[in-house]
Amino acid sequence: MADTPASTSGDFPPFRQRHLISIADLKQHEIIDLLDRAERMVPVSRQERKSLPTLSGKTQINLFFEASTRTQSSFEIAGKRLGALVVNMSVKTSSVSKGETLVDTAATLNAMRPDVLVVRHGAAGAVELLSQKVGCSVINAGDGAHEHPTQALLDALTIRRHKGRISGLTVAICGDIANSRVARSNLLLLGALNVRTRVIAPRNLLPPGIEHLATEVFTDMEQGLQGVDVIMMLRLQHERASGKMIPSVREYYRFYGLDAEKLGWANPDAIVMHPGPMNRGVEIDPAIADGARSVITDQVEMGVAVRMAVLDALLSGDQA
Amino acid sequence: MTKPVLIENARIVDPASGTDQRGAVLIEDGRITDLALDGPVGVPDGAEVINANGLVLAPGLIDMRVFTGEPGWEYRETLASAGEAAAAGGVTSFVMMPDTMPAVDDGAVVDFLVRRAKATSKVNILPAAGITKGLAGKDLTEFGLMREAGAVCLTDGRNSIQSTALLRTAMSYAANFDMTIVHHTVDLSLAGEGVMNDGLFATVLGLKGLPREAETIPLSRDLQLAALTGVRYHAAQISTEGSVEIVKAAKSRNARITAGVSINNLCLNENDIGRYRTYFKLGTPLRSEDDRRAVIEGLRSGVIDTIHSDHDPQDSEVKRQPFAEASNGAIGLETLLAAALRLVHSDEVPLLTVLKAMTSRPAEILGLEAGRIAKGAPADLILVDLDYPWQVNENELHSRSRNTSFENARLAGKVMRTLVGGETVFLHQD
Repeated sequence: MADTPASTSGDFPPFRQRHLISIADLKQHEIIDLLDRAERMVPVSRQERKSLPTLSGKTQINLFFEASTRTQSSFEIAGKRLGALVVNMSVKTSSVSKGETLVDTAATLNAMRPDVLVVRHGAAGAVELLSQKVGCSVINAGDGAHEHPTQALLDALTIRRHKGRISGLTVAICGDIANSRVARSNLLLLGALNVRTRVIAPRNLLPPGIEHLATEVFTDMEQGLQGVDVIMMLRLQHERASGKMIPSVREYYRFYGLDAEKLGWANPDAIVMHPGPMNRGVEIDPAIADGARSVITDQVEMGVAVRMAVLDALLSGDQA
Repeated sequence: MTKPVLIENARIVDPASGTDQRGAVLIEDGRITDLALDGPVGVPDGAEVINANGLVLAPGLIDMRVFTGEPGWEYRETLASAGEAAAAGGVTSFVMMPDTMPAVDDGAVVDFLVRRAKATSKVNILPAAGITKGLAGKDLTEFGLMREAGAVCLTDGRNSIQSTALLRTAMSYAANFDMTIVHHTVDLSLAGEGVMNDGLFATVLGLKGLPREAETIPLSRDLQLAALTGVRYHAAQISTEGSVEIVKAAKSRNARITAGVSINNLCLNENDIGRYRTYFKLGTPLRSEDDRRAVIEGLRSGVIDTIHSDHDPQDSEVKRQPFAEASNGAIGLETLLAAALRLVHSDEVPLLTVLKAMTSRPAEILGLEAGRIAKGAPADLILVDLDYPWQVNENELHSRSRNTSFENARLAGKVMRTLVGGETVFLHQD
């Protein structure tokens, strides 16, 4: 019975948010509520018949202005497992070749009366802007370097399942913090759950004011990884960064790529995470990425559970 | 010949002479012909008498940085609609930036603007001429021919000239014609893809920052070149504590340097952006509160000479965009005075200093007769209720565009009547 819940939302109080735009909008109890809901969704995806009827008759549009295979399919599977009608729209635009504005697109889609829009956009704030112009729930699937709230939730769920707790842990986020929405959402979420957060990166990949967002700031991996329970590696956009933000991939890997030696500086039971897609040999040694300490594929699995929970929470809150 | 006008029972505030006392002003043929402070004034037969009822009578404001949409973007603003907004805001003259389509980079365009403004605008529009063709920062324009056509100064408007060598040549040539170079300083490579002030707040929003040094480094360069060439140089709009220090040091050595500040940088800071409010996305970004306090002190101490509106009409098509993709700019002609009076009401800057920065100082920099209340000066005047409370409603503004950075702001102080050349061009209706 515990493994085959017919519905999950009925067991939780109504979720008070209409949209999920930013972790900054969530109170601590709402974060924990979403994690608890997601925990209940994990077994659903492990059943033979992986479905719940909770979103039957609802329409979910995945609107991706930036290409993303994994996040889009994760949201698609989450919606479908809850019985929603899921439509994928990939909109190829750039700020220079825009015809229709974002607000126009929002109005057009809104007229089709979806129940939820899952939106990814290359510009910070774009998802929030869109949410102001539609009558349905909006989930931010990543907006520029601003936030990626479901990634932070799935990371937290993964940590909780491996460590049995979140509060009191020390988590290091390593790499291109300046350009990372994953880092921002994680710092906000982990901070709200009383985690000791560290960022580790070369100075030029640390954004101004980062000392106010993380508990500690390091530029040296050896110092930064001491006593760490969780290591989150970030993707380096090396095609763009090489020669501009960093001199070369090999120098970056030498000082900031996670290999066995550097992993040895962390706690012996520290887990290794990565939001994907990984650059093996750039920010992480393939042996570590695929090794025993890596929980990277668990993150992908938890991604579906978290997205099911978020969809369920936002849309069942509607009815309450 | 128009009827003489007598404005009596006014509190005459004239920054040029330091006057702040009761009196009356007589206007004949568009000029101030008599000025009576605490005494009688001869009233010609048939004169129209305006009782100011103790309101402040000040010179009409001269706004050194206004963008319109004519020619090229008339749906954003025409000379006529900018004139309406200006009149309602007490701005009797404004310098029009050359960022039009086509750009003001040729004597014929200057000539068109002068004629068109006379025919359609309620206030005086003073064209600024581009320093480079198409404002592209490559080839010099014909400074002398544009001055003959009526250009009051040289500027590339929103654009900042990157080539130090070109700027040196432009300054030397401008000095030759005794024209003022007005330059908005941005180091484009350092500014990069920045869209707001660099710092924690930009980091939280996930937006790329504009470091203060992108303003101060080219400003230092400009001030050195100004000393080298002897040109009259006006730093178009400074926004940082560092810029105030740099200008202060340069002014102590070179009397031909002046500096301006946008009303936005005096009254607002980066926190006003809130959650991606694009009306607060400006060409000179809103800075930190420390910077705002520094530019206020710069104004109070005289390092900063002028306050302007940076009026920049943009339509919703380009404003209702994700922050990084939205156009810069906010309208401000109509809120300039009331917003500036905030500094007076908060006792940060004296009334005479604030008004001087919008009247006699810009007049001196541009070589205009206006901007003062004196016998013989043009009768460009405003009657102001310094305490009149009002709330900005974007739909009641006269501009064709709605992008005000003072949306819903509660302000104290309003223009009750605006006269240009002795003619009433705006009368407040309750």
